[in-house]
Amino acid sequence: MSPRKTRLSTTPTQEALDDLQLGDIVYLDGLMYTGREGVYKRALEEKANIPMELPRDSAANFHCSPAARINPDGSFEMGAVTATASFRFAKWLPEWMEKTGAKLIIGKGGMTSKDYKSYFVPNGAIYLSTVGYGTGALLGRGVEKVEAVHWNEELGLAQAMWVIKCNNMGPFIVASDKNGDCLFERENAKIAENLHRVYEGTRPATLKRYGETDDRSDEVI
Amino acid sequence: MIPIDIIQKTAETLMDKAAIEIPQDYLDGLKASAAVEDGDLSSFVLQAMLENYEAAKEDRRAMCGDTGTPRWYVKMGNETQIEGGPIALEQALRRATANATNGVPLRPNRVHPLWRTDHNNNVGIGAPEIEYGYEPGGEWIDLITVHKGGLFGTDYRMLFPSDGIEGIKRFYLDSLVAFGKRGLACQPAIIGIGLGGCKDTCMVLGKRAACLRTVGSENSDPKIAELEREFKELGNSIGMGAMGFVGKSMVVDCNIEVGYCHTGGMQMSVHAFCLSSRRAVARVFADGRVEYRTDPDWFTDYQRRETVEWDAPAMEAAE
Repeated sequence: MSPRKTRLSTTPTQEALDDLQLGDIVYLDGLMYTGREGVYKRALEEKANIPMELPRDSAANFHCSPAARINPDGSFEMGAVTATASFRFAKWLPEWMEKTGAKLIIGKGGMTSKDYKSYFVPNGAIYLSTVGYGTGALLGRGVEKVEAVHWNEELGLAQAMWVIKCNNMGPFIVASDKNGDCLFERENAKIAENLHRVYEGTRPATLKRYGETDDRSDEVI
Repeated sequence: MIPIDIIQKTAETLMDKAAIEIPQDYLDGLKASAAVEDGDLSSFVLQAMLENYEAAKEDRRAMCGDTGTPRWYVKMGNETQIEGGPIALEQALRRATANATNGVPLRPNRVHPLWRTDHNNNVGIGAPEIEYGYEPGGEWIDLITVHKGGLFGTDYRMLFPSDGIEGIKRFYLDSLVAFGKRGLACQPAIIGIGLGGCKDTCMVLGKRAACLRTVGSENSDPKIAELEREFKELGNSIGMGAMGFVGKSMVVDCNIEVGYCHTGGMQMSVHAFCLSSRRAVARVFADGRVEYRTDPDWFTDYQRRETVEWDAPAMEAAE
């Protein structure tokens, strides 16, 4: 069975978001901005003014650094586009969503269902994962235009806030739904059922690792 | 004498090829995985990746937005001399890395670990890495660039002889499952395993096993080659496919390299070279000829040499 495919605006209606199901394939139209640790730190910790009108211009935050350059004449060359792993940004996302009204968080690998239930669902937001990873060339084709690059001087090309106009950009895959269920956790649970068989005839390492728990009485032997 | 301008020009072409063109051996391996994959979502992902390789080549744009951390493996024949010497060589490779980062473009991934300074060109302290190897005879230089992803899929563990093959399998599975969930390792991958050496060489061996051997290659030790086949099958029987979805394609191939280690230890490292296994190779000859290929052909008999020619001190006949 092939997955359901749909097109979605980067300033989506709540109805369109509520309709999304885990595993749906999504293609995006409209403005999207990249934002990861550099942008979050600057906007939330250093309280810099966000140089866009959010969520009016865009409700889609992409955890991405593109393979791109700024030409000497100020124009942009954007080649491939893929996401970076999102779980590292959980500490900033609740505040970011509240501040910017982001409805689509787009990245790699998703978040936990705990994240989804605690601040995605109350904000009516959905997580979209890139596919692969990563289909950088296909996503690059969906970039109609680079509208602007903000904070490049302060953060460098990789961490800057790139504003991208998307035209049928995809594929992305729906990894959380309106109930806060998590696609990756669903798949993990199915796979876990078989793992004991695969692990048969193996043994854990003699030398343990210290510091993976907070129990200071642990030893490595 | 190898002309330095040809080295730099070739290196720039290699950076471009590595970022854009998936090596044929990996592509064939992935097509074989896609042919047997029956998980709905995993199959969709593999088909999207196959389309992505085509799009990258058609548009001459990088396959993946994360273009990894470019590095160089340089191998020379014993008679090779380079115009300007080794310093000129390293400067040419650093320049080529910077030029191609801007030119392709690649993502300027390399930053200072503490100050996060980014020169926007993938060049910095210790970056790109340049590693060397030599072969007996010949006047040529092999330039090999690898742009491996840098965050997930690699781990190291000190095992002991008492851990045995069961312990090796355990750490192998742990690494695959740990980084396979949610597809953090960007599988199906070429899994490289380093066994033995010291801690640093164990990591080097495993990384080279992943990045410098092709899909379908075998270790020259038949018993290790047998383990490689067994481990590939084991990895693909986890029940996990691309992106950590239910499926059966985790491992495109498993390559194992070994080095002699401390008598009490059995160091092990695991490395995953991802869905965008970026590597490109060229041999430059003294007459300026350049031959491009995708097989680094790094692990020759010479690189795996067992010992040195010597006469063991003769045992005194016991009286």
